[in-house]
Amino acid sequence: MGGTQGWGAPTIPADEPVFAEPWEAKAFAYGALSARLSGQNLDAMRHAIDRQHPYDYLVDGYYGRWLACVETMLVDSGVLAPGAVVARARKLRGEDVAEPDEPTLHRPDYQPTAAGSIRQIDAEPRFAVGDRVRAKAHAHAGHTRLPRYTRGHIGTVAEIHPAQVLPDTNAHFIAENAQHVYAVAFDSKELWGDDADPFTLTIDMYDDYLEPIE
Amino acid sequence: MTAVPRPPDHPDAALRAEALESLLLERGLIDLNVVDGLISRYENDVGPMNGARVIAKAWTDADYRQRLLADGTAAIGELGYSGPQGEHIEVLENSDKVHNVVVCTLCSCYPWPVLGLPPSWYKDPAYRARIVREPRRVLAEMGLALDDEVEIRVWDSSSEVRYLVLPERPDGTSDMSEENLAALVTRDAMVGVARVAPP
Repeated sequence: MGGTQGWGAPTIPADEPVFAEPWEAKAFAYGALSARLSGQNLDAMRHAIDRQHPYDYLVDGYYGRWLACVETMLVDSGVLAPGAVVARARKLRGEDVAEPDEPTLHRPDYQPTAAGSIRQIDAEPRFAVGDRVRAKAHAHAGHTRLPRYTRGHIGTVAEIHPAQVLPDTNAHFIAENAQHVYAVAFDSKELWGDDADPFTLTIDMYDDYLEPIE
Repeated sequence: MTAVPRPPDHPDAALRAEALESLLLERGLIDLNVVDGLISRYENDVGPMNGARVIAKAWTDADYRQRLLADGTAAIGELGYSGPQGEHIEVLENSDKVHNVVVCTLCSCYPWPVLGLPPSWYKDPAYRARIVREPRRVLAEMGLALDDEVEIRVWDSSSEVRYLVLPERPDGTSDMSEENLAALVTRDAMVGVARVAPP
């Protein structure tokens, strides 16, 4: 989404409630509990959002996406059958629909090595503050936190952050793959061309996302 | 793009949330007290008033300010604020020369322990898409006109690091108590889309 155009101006409503509707509060709560209920993790939750149809993604809004991703996670882990939520919803509004049979529970075979996403690792950081680095040009299939607008561009390491689990593998329960994370600063002209307004865009990059500049 | 994926009579979000809850209750997987407690916590206890206390303390206590800029997570923890989406918080200092502004283009990552849940504009594609491309213009549209000499730094929160902006203390506040200063600090100033207005 970063850098795409045509959205118009953002507006700041006055006195906005935390949740605009009661269902948003429920979507938030079940989203917050989703990793525990499904035996998954935060990265898998984000990947469940990635997999939404682009139309639904935009139309549903933030908590609509949360609601949908909770359902996806519970179905993926065999806690709920595909279609169970919609069938129950139809039943609640009085439709005569059959509800699907209970699925077989199949939570992922996965245990985090610690709470949260930050890990202690022994490896020395591959890059130092001031090093020039290039964000990889291509992302693999599946989950990633490497935004399209940075791919292939050259920036400078501004900070070394605490090491973290790699979302790309953790979201798929392949491995935590804990690694260094760098704040990388990009010049706006590098990202958007010579006409761009002058500013610096700093973004966190996992070690796997970066290539050294020879 | 393929056709709109849902039939016209697809149950709406409110009904699907109710259905989800009824399925989880039926399976004994949730306790409604826990669910309601979680909602109440983020409606009442975790919000920008927490961050405002952090900022007001940094404005009045030079040692604290130094600790906050050196290790945001620990200094914020001193005031009792921690929890989900606050595993590692870095504080960015605004001045008359440098203006920091925070976004999450990928989802809407936000430092919950100090700011609560994100407001609608922060989650809006218009903000997420454009602030990384034309920040000066977007900030102006949101009511913050910055002089051309001010250097803009945009931070895209793409890892589990969360960013909090330390806004400039407004003029005319030298006599104010920490508590009264905290009342001036706004959520929007702590994300970087506004300044703190003088009293």
